[in-house]
Amino acid sequence: MGMTMSEKILARASGRDAVRPGDLVLARVDFAMGHDLTIPPAGKIMREQMGAQQVWDVDRVAVVQDHFQPAKDIASAALGKMTREFAREMGIKWYFEVGQGGICHTVLPERGLVLPGELVVGADSHSCTYGALNNFATGIGSTDLACVMALGELWFRVPETLRFVYRNRLPQWVEAKDLILHVIGKIGVDGARSKAMEHTGEALTHIDMEGRLTMTNMAIEAGAKNGIMAFDEVTREFLEERAQRAYTPVASDPDAEYEKTLEYDAEAVPITLARPMSPDHTASIDEVAGTRVDQVFIGSCTNSKIGDLRRAAAVLKDRKIAPHVRLIVTPSSAQVARQAEREGLIGIFMDAGAGWTVATCGACLGGHMGVVGAGEVCLSTSNRNFPGRMGDPTAQVYLSNPVVAAASAVAGEIIHPKEVVGKELVAV
Amino acid sequence: MSEVLRGRAWTFGANVDTDQIIPAKYAIYSLDEKKLGEHAMEGVPGNENGWSQKISAGDVLVAGPNFGCGSSREIAPVAIRGAGISVVVADSFARIFFRNSINLGFPILQSPTAAAAVKEGDELEIDLDEGIIRNFTQGDEYRCDSFPPFMNELIKMGGLVPWVRERLKERRARVSA
Repeated sequence: MGMTMSEKILARASGRDAVRPGDLVLARVDFAMGHDLTIPPAGKIMREQMGAQQVWDVDRVAVVQDHFQPAKDIASAALGKMTREFAREMGIKWYFEVGQGGICHTVLPERGLVLPGELVVGADSHSCTYGALNNFATGIGSTDLACVMALGELWFRVPETLRFVYRNRLPQWVEAKDLILHVIGKIGVDGARSKAMEHTGEALTHIDMEGRLTMTNMAIEAGAKNGIMAFDEVTREFLEERAQRAYTPVASDPDAEYEKTLEYDAEAVPITLARPMSPDHTASIDEVAGTRVDQVFIGSCTNSKIGDLRRAAAVLKDRKIAPHVRLIVTPSSAQVARQAEREGLIGIFMDAGAGWTVATCGACLGGHMGVVGAGEVCLSTSNRNFPGRMGDPTAQVYLSNPVVAAASAVAGEIIHPKEVVGKELVAV
Repeated sequence: MSEVLRGRAWTFGANVDTDQIIPAKYAIYSLDEKKLGEHAMEGVPGNENGWSQKISAGDVLVAGPNFGCGSSREIAPVAIRGAGISVVVADSFARIFFRNSINLGFPILQSPTAAAAVKEGDELEIDLDEGIIRNFTQGDEYRCDSFPPFMNELIKMGGLVPWVRERLKERRARVSA
């Protein structure tokens, strides 16, 4: 019996010839990540409770200042300080200071730190993002991270794999974000609970690495342990100038066993949004068009990479946002911000009336720079809209792709982008 | 001797996520279990003015499917424990909440029948070793799904911290041998 790529990675990492769903394994981790909310407890647990004085491999840990940084208040300054001191005292090689890194899930792929065939863990639920690069990546807690930093190993339950097959090609206006929201709407926020989501099919070959990362990013929104994709030319090209280590891609065997195969016709997927207050409460654009918005947020690890910003800027160029709307644009990394600056995108956003911020998780988790108030309506390009996620529990948060978000900021209400820009989006 | 817990039930529905269990703004208290406990479950609509002050030490949280979905924040089970809850019973758990609880040595039990039957305020007795929940209010009894032995072992030894300490000790012994 063959294995899926998720099983192959866990087998290799645990020194076994084969593993099966349900097996509990102790596996060697290839790369680990923590940030300003998870490093302080993990560092304390590792040093004070577990009694480890150093991390297992300083080249294989990233520490990123992104959630409440630049510090939003005195308490988060203390967390930032603990995070900084831990990285310095441990001699962590991949430490990303405010202004130099950005959101962990954009920083690690763009710096070539998470590679095909690897077992990657991050003390953040969206660590499943990295799986688009053909690795097994999953979110863990702080005690887990302390264990990994102390030993380089962690326990895993081998997940069942769900195979998603996307036939044909996404139509005009429909992006990777719409596709993954559509899938989550169909299977529910626990539809892949504790399982691997393996994305396959022709539609993927036309989706670039940014879009792929958007899809695996939201695996956790279906409750999945990881999202994973095959290695192909797109992966190879993305890693060409970036990979920090040699790597060995993995592929699922033709006779691998899947718990279930779900097929979708990509061509039939509409522009899809999530309505309040759950990522699986989805609707097509037609069902929610006309909903008045108070705030539009283009940001987060899901949809604020350079391609996302280019498309949003293409909508906003020579246009103004509606007078009652505030638009916040938060690039997902320092590299993305620098590139946006080179291309003149920041000027376009500012001329349209948007606020441009430093790269941070910021508004996505109701942290800072865009927290929403009672009863307000926010359209966000982020990943999660459970009650209170972005601020007041009575705020109404919708999720969409960045083109819909930008067009809706101009219209002041949720709108199909063609109503704002005409027949097609003209690149800036 | 098996460990038996007793307390009143506090019930919740499906897909209660970590932002409801402990809103992100309280992550600044990530090293203070008592403070986190004061704000546990505050993000659940209707609990805006607090929930934990109603809890007596030992009470039981009973929830629907996919309890603890959303973020990876370990402060979610920490906050629930900090509020005085002794054990969480759910129809099912989201995986990171599940891991975090096991790693903390915080007892959790999966029982769809209990999750469906238990009403708020029911007096419960829970036998952790036997995996049995007795409902004195309704005069009923529910069986829990069993976890793999390694997970029970982790909960029993107090979580991942003592387990890592053991392994570090073994490694040091090997190095010095």
